[in-house]
Amino acid sequence: MTISIDPQKTNNESLQPKGLLRYFSFSLDHKVIGIQYLVCGFLFYLIGGSLASAIRIELASPMSDFMPRDVYNQVLTLHGTIMIFLWIVPVVNGAFGNYLIPFYVGARDMAFPRLNAVAFWLIPPSGLMLVASYFVEGAAQAGWTAYPPLSITTPQSGQVIWILSVLLLGGSSIFGGINFIATIIKLRRPGLKLMQLPMYCWAMLGTSLLVVLSTPVLAGTLILLSFDIIANTGFFNPVLGGNVVVYQHLFWFYSHPAVYIMVLPAFGLVSEILPVHARKPLFGYTTMVFSIMGIVVLGLVVWAHHMFTSGTPPWMRLFFTIATAFIAVPTGIKFFNWVATLWGGKISINSAMLFSCGFIINFVFGGITGVALAQVPFDIHVHDTYFVVAHFHYIVYGGTVFIIFSSIYHWFPKVTGKMLNEKLGILHFIITFIGFNLCFAPQHWLGLNGMPRRVAEYDPQFQFVNQISSLGALLMAISTIPFLINVFISVRNGKDAGDNPWNALTPEWLTSSPPPVENWEGEAPLVEEPYGYGKEISELK
Amino acid sequence: MLNKNIYLILIISLVFAISFWIGFNVNLLPTEASINAPIYDELFKILFIIGLIIFIGMTIAVIYSLFSFRKRNDQIGDGIALEGNLGLEIVWTIIPSIIVLIIGLYSYNIYDRMGGMKELNHNHEMMSSNSEKIWAGISQTSDNEIAINNLSIEVSAMQFAFLFNYPNGNFISGELHVPVDQKVSMKMESKDVIHAFWVPEFRIKQDIIPGQPTILNFTPTKVGKYPIICAELCGPYHGGMRASIIVEEESDYNEWFNKNKKPEVNL
Repeated sequence: MTISIDPQKTNNESLQPKGLLRYFSFSLDHKVIGIQYLVCGFLFYLIGGSLASAIRIELASPMSDFMPRDVYNQVLTLHGTIMIFLWIVPVVNGAFGNYLIPFYVGARDMAFPRLNAVAFWLIPPSGLMLVASYFVEGAAQAGWTAYPPLSITTPQSGQVIWILSVLLLGGSSIFGGINFIATIIKLRRPGLKLMQLPMYCWAMLGTSLLVVLSTPVLAGTLILLSFDIIANTGFFNPVLGGNVVVYQHLFWFYSHPAVYIMVLPAFGLVSEILPVHARKPLFGYTTMVFSIMGIVVLGLVVWAHHMFTSGTPPWMRLFFTIATAFIAVPTGIKFFNWVATLWGGKISINSAMLFSCGFIINFVFGGITGVALAQVPFDIHVHDTYFVVAHFHYIVYGGTVFIIFSSIYHWFPKVTGKMLNEKLGILHFIITFIGFNLCFAPQHWLGLNGMPRRVAEYDPQFQFVNQISSLGALLMAISTIPFLINVFISVRNGKDAGDNPWNALTPEWLTSSPPPVENWEGEAPLVEEPYGYGKEISELK
Repeated sequence: MLNKNIYLILIISLVFAISFWIGFNVNLLPTEASINAPIYDELFKILFIIGLIIFIGMTIAVIYSLFSFRKRNDQIGDGIALEGNLGLEIVWTIIPSIIVLIIGLYSYNIYDRMGGMKELNHNHEMMSSNSEKIWAGISQTSDNEIAINNLSIEVSAMQFAFLFNYPNGNFISGELHVPVDQKVSMKMESKDVIHAFWVPEFRIKQDIIPGQPTILNFTPTKVGKYPIICAELCGPYHGGMRASIIVEEESDYNEWFNKNKKPEVNL
């Protein structure tokens, strides 16, 4: 059953605050919640980025001289946790998902608006709690992986607050996932078939399945870990007969799918952005859908590739090598399809397009090192080194964060009705792209030649390459300045965008910018061909 | 059309040539100092070349599209309404699958040559009790392996040091001394948190886990002093947790061994 509620029947409009104030309220409007997620996530991105800068300053010299060693471990733990749980996951899922999914399915809101608001409002307190734990007895310092026994033996308060915070954020993520599945499956406008949905819906459906299947495992694991810390139980404590490798299995059962939770929505977003700016239909819609679902299935059975040096039996190493390497096939299909989407188009070279193309190049690089890392004999040398650090930053920063910026340039006119400045946007892209590659490409070499990850001090022979990397990090920090200036200027004084500045065909553009509370003045349009560029429909426009 | 195909073939061969040249001429790895290292470097070279071909190819395709299919000022309207091509989709599903499968089988072969698929034995008599659970590391074989006289060493790791126990000589050392070209078999256990034993020049790494001994076998091939690095976050001084492995000629090793050797104490 699909429902399309008549705008006259719902009048909770009068109960909601108006103007800027609604962004600080328990708003039930999916668009407001989406912006809340985005802005909140961006603030945590600035905190996480400052922590990254602190790490790169420490590593500009081989000695541990910028901050005390235990503080350094707290900084790297907070950096990882904040960037994953408070920036990337909430933004690519929560922010864009909430804003776009109801439009894409032709609904007036998400399936469970109150659950939606609860899911968002869990984030600021747990994020603040996590940051504040630094001022209690020091934050958690066992890395974002919190491997026992280290996480059991380091100061307790920080680790327990970390667990509580991640549990709340995981809860928020599960609420969001349930909401997305319900909205996509049950709230579609009458007449809209599944295979007519924009690709981002499929990406969010796959991601939400992963969230709902794997996040509870993390929650259970962390609860057991907190028992070990608070109540002296022995699930993972070897002194009491616990098994530390079991923790790693349980942890990575969530945390490898977490990579796809961070990356699949980005795959969806780029599939929306490229056709609009290349003026061509998305190439190979059906294979794109199947490759998303292929990634979801394979993503659940590859976790042990994080544990090739942990002491796993040979057959297990072999199975996880093959399973992991095979993820490259559906992922590769998606990349070939995107390039085929560009091929023969009429491409507007703008900030959104440049960030998307930057994403393709960076992610292909990260994917190639990923296939290499999947090979047990290769991984045994570079596991837990800067090679791995470089690899996953190519995936999550060069991949997902590039797409977050691309999406902001693409949908800013929809949200505000104003255009972002293109010159500042292109400047932002150039500095980010150069800074990012300067920061992370040299780290591959560092890892291959003997620099382990999570160290505050290192062999002086690596100093020069580390300084290049730190210089790149500085550029990345600088790159946020033109972006912030651009947003603050454009939101007030930007060029008027009109309702559909890109002449896009997906349903969110077929209403006013910014959209009304009920999304469309009248009935939701039935968009059967969201990528029908070059066909008669778009020529009529 | 023919002209276009010639350009395509030319570009593809150029990408291959560049990738092979870089793959064979750019060395990104440290010295090879164990029989593992040349095997590893062979795998690295192959993966590096395949990776370069894909990366350079994709980058050229993206940049070419951006340049060649950019919207000119006088253009209006959309690109061609091309929604897919089943033939192409099949091609770029099957070719990557084959490449991935070949890489997988090849890396299995590499891993086997490194001794990863071999059953682990640690032939020090103290450890022959079957009840003890031994977790897999790399078990390495070599042609000049002296099956009975493997050097057995017990490694214990703690925050933030490695200790090397030579049971035959009844002494403990802070530096790992091993004779060149002889198989070394180590049983490792941690006293507190998880550590890892990594010698970049040997291309081997194995976690050292509390409560679960792990085994690591290797054969050094080059005399010299190499760093032993802890690779698993183990606390504030993790970055400083390093030791040295000294690979020396057998005579030098024996001299060092005899100097440190202590008589067995009978209680």
